[in-house]
Amino acid sequence: MKGTVVGDVLVMDPGDAVATALDDLAAGETVPAADGTPVDEGIELPEAVPFGHKVALRRIDAGGVVRKYGEVIGRATVAIDPGEWVHTHNCESTRGRGDLDVSGGERA
Amino acid sequence: MKLRVEANIFRSAARGQSMDDFEGYRRPDGTVGVRNRVAVLPVSVTASSLAERIAADAGDGVAATPHGMGANQPEPARTQTRRVLRGIGRNPNVGAALVVALGTEALGADDVADAVADAGRPVETLRIREVGGTAAAIDHGVDLARSLRADADGARREPADASELIFGVECGGSDATSGIAANPAVGAACDRLVDAGGTACFSETPEFIGAEHILADRCVDAETRERLLDRVEEREDMARRMGVDLRGAQPTPGNQEGGLTTIEEKSLGAIAKGGTSPIRGMVDYAEPLPAGGGLVLMDTPGYDVESVVGKVAGGAQIVAFTTGRGSTTGNPIAPVIKVTGNPKTWARMANNIDVNASTVVEGESPSSVGERIYRTVLDVADGRRTEAERRGLAEFAINELQARATTTGGERP
Repeated sequence: MKGTVVGDVLVMDPGDAVATALDDLAAGETVPAADGTPVDEGIELPEAVPFGHKVALRRIDAGGVVRKYGEVIGRATVAIDPGEWVHTHNCESTRGRGDLDVSGGERA
Repeated sequence: MKLRVEANIFRSAARGQSMDDFEGYRRPDGTVGVRNRVAVLPVSVTASSLAERIAADAGDGVAATPHGMGANQPEPARTQTRRVLRGIGRNPNVGAALVVALGTEALGADDVADAVADAGRPVETLRIREVGGTAAAIDHGVDLARSLRADADGARREPADASELIFGVECGGSDATSGIAANPAVGAACDRLVDAGGTACFSETPEFIGAEHILADRCVDAETRERLLDRVEEREDMARRMGVDLRGAQPTPGNQEGGLTTIEEKSLGAIAKGGTSPIRGMVDYAEPLPAGGGLVLMDTPGYDVESVVGKVAGGAQIVAFTTGRGSTTGNPIAPVIKVTGNPKTWARMANNIDVNASTVVEGESPSSVGERIYRTVLDVADGRRTEAERRGLAEFAINELQARATTTGGERP
């Protein structure tokens, strides 16, 4: 597999802000520190993260880009802390957004 | 079954050198089929039920391609439907074809039949009105299909090489495992086939959005690069001009449940299924795919059944289809090899899946799984039936091209 397995998560690229859960992770589990990844100290998960879903590896500011595969996959809609579940509730696409164009760049 | 295994061992020993060969049906136009189907092709929705009935009654090896396209489609939809049906009719897997029409359609049965005849395959036409209604058409159609079956049975499998394969790759029901396991593994199989001189094709333009810069860097020339970027922009513009966003539709609710948050994330995983070869070109939906090696893109919608049909109409003899969440779809003309990277889907739906790529999650390399997929491609080309074939799963749908006016306000950019 490409990427680096750290505990029960997969980091695809050292520059990534998120990792993929390789199992159903419960609140309280930790992602250990690992060389060659953004995780330089253990991260305790404040909430459960289902298999295949994403865990934040570091703080992402509101409006900041979210990287996976070393590429931009979206933008944080609120500030995200390390260990939080990253999904549609706190991360959105920047592409194909006709809704932004008609409202003059503002989100309705 | 035992005889078959021994025959394979004997053949491998006899040929010795190449591991990249199979036995296929060599057609008069120089292409090689991996199946020898009699296709029953309705030219419109009005003949579709009848085509299915004829294929069912005619027996094994007769496959219908029912679809919902109207009898008098406006342009440009009609041209696209014509291209699909003519392309399907001359797919190398078609040993003979019966074209069925009500008899009033704008797209004539002869027009479709001509493509089959030009490819050197036996073909017949049947018009429901001319033969006296549906009851007579079924009787007559079954007779024609059986007679065509007998003609097609004259073909025998002969030695062929992987370089003669056009391999279509698709994903459907994607989840987070698609991008980390199944797609990279299928991509490794594409690379392997391209190295052996074969052709690989992937498509689904909406699922290039957010990953197009990576594909653009791999295009062999500026023309291909511009075409790719134009097509991606067109898809994104559709959403923009309608004042909607892709969220909710892309990724789909199922993709989201599987862990995919945005279209960019889905696309970055989706493009892995094409491998890492240079991109030689990009063709329109159902346009002939250039044989002779390399990786080629096709501009198709994201709807997987229509997208598979586009590639089969383009000449793909064999398809690999990755699914995280557990899609079951097949195709009436080309065998579809199912690959999953999700261990739960493998555990639940192994009887719909041909290759388990979820081993990647446990540490098997994508290239090792890719080698297994490549071997499966050659075995299936050699006649081994896929799970979808065993279960009679043969979905077919034609993409209905919308007039640009309805999506772009009358102007084509």
